[in-house]
Amino acid sequence: MSTTGTRPRTSGAPAPAATVPERRRRRSRGRRFVLVAVLALVWVFPLYWMVVTALSPREDLAAGDVGLVPTTLDGGGFHRALVDFPVLQWTANSAAIAVVAVVITVVVDVLAGYVLAKHRFPGRSVVFFLIIATLMIPIQVLLVPQFDLVAQLGWLNSYWAVIIPRSAEAFGVFLARQYFLSMPDELLEAAQLDGAGQLRTLWSVVLPLSRPLVAVLVVMTFMYRWNEFAWPLVALRDPALYTLPVGLSFLQGQYTTDYPALMAGALVSILPVLVLFAVAQRQFVAGIARSGLK
Amino acid sequence: MSAVATAPRPPVRRRAPDVRRWVTSYVMLAPALVLFGVFVLYPLVGAVRISLTNSSGIGQATFVGLGNYRTLLSDGVFWKAALNTVLLAVVSVPVSVGIGLGLALLLRDRLPGRGLFRALFLAPYVISGVVVAMTGRWIFDENVGIVDRALTGLGLPAPAWQSSAPAAAVSVVLVLLWARTGLVVVLYLSALQGVDGDVLEAAELDGTSPWQRLRFVLWPLMRPTTFFVTVLMVIETFQVFDIVWVMTGGGPAGGTELLVTYAYGQGFSARREGYGSAIGVVVFVVVLVSTVLWWRMQRESEEDA
Repeated sequence: MSTTGTRPRTSGAPAPAATVPERRRRRSRGRRFVLVAVLALVWVFPLYWMVVTALSPREDLAAGDVGLVPTTLDGGGFHRALVDFPVLQWTANSAAIAVVAVVITVVVDVLAGYVLAKHRFPGRSVVFFLIIATLMIPIQVLLVPQFDLVAQLGWLNSYWAVIIPRSAEAFGVFLARQYFLSMPDELLEAAQLDGAGQLRTLWSVVLPLSRPLVAVLVVMTFMYRWNEFAWPLVALRDPALYTLPVGLSFLQGQYTTDYPALMAGALVSILPVLVLFAVAQRQFVAGIARSGLK
Repeated sequence: MSAVATAPRPPVRRRAPDVRRWVTSYVMLAPALVLFGVFVLYPLVGAVRISLTNSSGIGQATFVGLGNYRTLLSDGVFWKAALNTVLLAVVSVPVSVGIGLGLALLLRDRLPGRGLFRALFLAPYVISGVVVAMTGRWIFDENVGIVDRALTGLGLPAPAWQSSAPAAAVSVVLVLLWARTGLVVVLYLSALQGVDGDVLEAAELDGTSPWQRLRFVLWPLMRPTTFFVTVLMVIETFQVFDIVWVMTGGGPAGGTELLVTYAYGQGFSARREGYGSAIGVVVFVVVLVSTVLWWRMQRESEEDA
């Protein structure tokens, strides 16, 4: 959008300047549109097929009878997912875990990212390197010792087992640090000359300027916790506490997979993240851009 | 790096307040340090310890020194999983970067429905690996899946996505591309926003072709983004778990086995915790060392430029 802002907008009568390059640009826009639209169709197809599957009768699917445009719609899949299978319970579990985790993680990441970007103190680069290095640890290697640790703490089979061990997010700390690096030092010095303490500066000067960053952290953390699989699979043994991905993965394993119910559950599970992204998309992209990930 | 020496400032009075400020810094860092220390670094040390034993998760474990690591060297499945992991990175990362950059370029300028398209390409990225895998498994079902039905309908051969190892690998790559390319698009779009339009316009006025502008103007400007995206995706590729575990379970016949699925399978299903941990430790060390080396190389080549 910003790329077109510089050019003076000519409306009404065709300006004499709108000549060959302008026409060429318009023609290439048509070609671009067709190309993007074709790719978009390919991209959206799996989502479309999830919807079709969720709304088709089970027997028709098993017989390979459902066409690209289905003729019979059937609410059975959603009914079984929501009534026969505890999809709503799993959704509630996922929501509780994700919301609490977002609150903790955003606070921890912002504090750490701010200090690493704007404070000078001995050990800063070591701390930063250690945090970044944790990004490269495959989660599978931590599962056993983490399980033992959480068991010793008595957290097994509780939401905390899933929330706390993941509540410092290295990628979030990295994003926050990058974002704060782009913030002018003079601003912070001015606040401190006015006698504001560190926390006060962060709270009343830095944070109001960090909405895109907070948006990115909220969206990313929510998404990570909502979608997480391996650790909740290990940490939660009680089916009543399962999160959506864990529960759905067990649904798939059952005898012959009930695909309409499975896809209905899957759709229920992706709706909240899709809505969150749609709402926060602008801030999200701005936050990514400002964090200097380019 | 951001600490650019600026214009002379009035000398700040220093009354040795530094130690107090360091304490403040560490107090503010404390939550992160405690969480990373207790729940990531301490378990990592624990994993290394377990990898030196024959622990099965039940009963007493015996110390076996580097025995597990020695076993790895002659374990055919481990090397196959390693090869599969590297191949996956070599194939899927460049393709994802290529498609992502292409889409970002297509979506950069004004286009009807641009916002919708952007959201649409990003959508798969926000879906959980489990759901992506279930959907992939269903679409590529070799009996009643829509892909094979469509191929048959067109008179084309229908691959056995579940029973043939190469076909299974192809389906995993396709699903991964679908799931991950959206983030690449967003990262390139935000980088393209920072490109000075005048540079491109000047190049256009000089009579360059779009391809030349991409090759000689945009591509060099995008280098830091390309580097960052590539590193991120290679690291992620070494950690791809959910999608493969749920979609193929590493099968058929180890055809889609990756290092982390093998580590998990050994540690949990086969109850060889020591061995599984050894595989995980190796993955961590390899990824860490190669990322650091790569970062260094990149910095040096940037300084040469």
